[in-house]
Amino acid sequence: MAVTGTNWTCYDSSTMTSREIYGRTLAELAKSDPRVVAMTADLEKSTALNLFGKEFPERLFNVGIAEQNLFGAAAGMAKSGLIPFASTFAIFACMRAGEQIRTDIAYQNMPVKIIATHAGISFGHAGTTHHCTEDFAIMRAIPNMTVICPADGIETSMAVRACMDINGPVYMRIGRGFEPPCYEDENHEFRIGKANVMREGSDLAIITCGIGVLQSLNAAVTLAEEGISVRVVNMHTIKPLDRQAVIDAAGTGKILTVEEHNTMGGLGDAVASVLAEEGIGIQFKKHGLQDVFSAIGYAEDLYAYYGLDANGIADQVRLMMGIEPNDDDNWEDE
Amino acid sequence: MPVTGEEIKELQKIAKELRCTVIDVMTWAGGAHVGGSLSCLDLLTALYFKYLKIDPENPQWEDRDWFILSKGHAAASYIPVLSKRGYFPHEELRSFNHFGSPFAMHPDSNKVVGCDVSAGSLGHGLSIAFGLGLGFKYQDRPNKVVCIMGDGESCEGSIWEAAMAIAHYKLTNVIPIVDRNRLMIDATTEDEIGLEPFADKWRAFGFEVLEIDGHDFGEICGALDTAWAASEKPVMIIANTVKGKGVDFMENQLAYHYAAGDSTMCEKAKASIEAMYEEV
Repeated sequence: MAVTGTNWTCYDSSTMTSREIYGRTLAELAKSDPRVVAMTADLEKSTALNLFGKEFPERLFNVGIAEQNLFGAAAGMAKSGLIPFASTFAIFACMRAGEQIRTDIAYQNMPVKIIATHAGISFGHAGTTHHCTEDFAIMRAIPNMTVICPADGIETSMAVRACMDINGPVYMRIGRGFEPPCYEDENHEFRIGKANVMREGSDLAIITCGIGVLQSLNAAVTLAEEGISVRVVNMHTIKPLDRQAVIDAAGTGKILTVEEHNTMGGLGDAVASVLAEEGIGIQFKKHGLQDVFSAIGYAEDLYAYYGLDANGIADQVRLMMGIEPNDDDNWEDE
Repeated sequence: MPVTGEEIKELQKIAKELRCTVIDVMTWAGGAHVGGSLSCLDLLTALYFKYLKIDPENPQWEDRDWFILSKGHAAASYIPVLSKRGYFPHEELRSFNHFGSPFAMHPDSNKVVGCDVSAGSLGHGLSIAFGLGLGFKYQDRPNKVVCIMGDGESCEGSIWEAAMAIAHYKLTNVIPIVDRNRLMIDATTEDEIGLEPFADKWRAFGFEVLEIDGHDFGEICGALDTAWAASEKPVMIIANTVKGKGVDFMENQLAYHYAAGDSTMCEKAKASIEAMYEEV
């Protein structure tokens, strides 16, 4: 089912973090659906569930710093007939509580919505212990699991609503939430499993998600001035992957995937599988963290360092087009 | 309601038959966690034949009580209990562990009728029980949630995460029971990684602790009556049991944590069970 009619606007998206929009959207959902409850592990404020808690204090459950218990309990809550939205940082969700998510939630196909914040390298200055560049790989490999990575606040709002239509678990990763909006207005459709083409282009297609969408759009504008026509595909659903969108993108002859994730096991590998299985032999490159643990620094610096900003992405495109990159390797001025 | 002498006799009769079925399952399945299955069998019998409000004709009944076998490796007694209670025919137990069977070493709620929760990865069950209890309390529903854990399972930190939360939320609708048979796979609990003072640990976590003989139906029923009636402080039960209970050569033997047996061993085991109940 397509999601329309979200109450949030792009103006809201520019003044609120994705997390804030998540907390407020959940409060809206709770008004119309008594099954919606929220759960966290000492991160009400950090995951913005306190905004939900202000309106529904009796429907917000904090289990303390105990992530295994958080997700085991979420499975139990779901078995009692409720729809729990359980939130913590991505790294704690998919690793500390990985088995509870796999066995208690996914195997028993419980409608637990895991909204994991501070994913990727978005919590840069917290250090590598608090980054999570493995979650797509882990969550993709779990049957029954739907994996979503919205591009901005508006899409987060739409995705949170769309979660309710999935009769099973969902893993949604959002960042720390200071990422700028990438949609110019709120009049677009969001369907789980259906990619959005954000910009048409004929020389190369970028398939990306999350923060990569806006940065790829910005790169595409720069590249257009150089005469390179780039299609930007927002693959907000990592699983189930929109195979047709990949096949269509392959029509340009070149695909670059961009993700805030290890290039092993993530969006790039999902796209590569489609190309291989469809027998499509085209120029292809996966851009992201190249099987390294992330460095420490403010998120914006890390995005520049790993070439996940518009400049870095534009250079990847230039390389694929056989053009000398512009970058001087000095990312600190970016 | 206090258990009557008649009821105890009836429960013993059922338990005796189920003990023999556990031995059969061990043979049919090609092996089973027979020791830990026999240690919690009387607890399961009391729960399923006296306490749990359930309806085998309507396994998904909304107002039913829920049961979680967190020590899922005791499926060799839990699954026969469900069968005996009427969820599926006894004959189906012959498929145990075989390809396509709903029954494996650990219970699977996706496949076994009457099984509420898939469990067996130790340390998970009590968190699920906590979530269920919290959900029922929030919805103002009458359901109770009983969770049987192994004592060795208490090494899992997640058990204590859940215990802390159950006490914090004052969930008297959740009844944790530990099958304290004192043996793990490699050694006794106290030799391997000491649990004592075990009851004090649960008390310190906010529970009223009842320590009972987990093979004495009078004590089991007394404790369950107290737990069922709790309304302020959650009650948990430490059931002191014997691993391999009823089969003399298996009792308190590490070797019978998991075992396979041929027909000779099977007959010997059943004879031992018969003898135990004759003494009673």
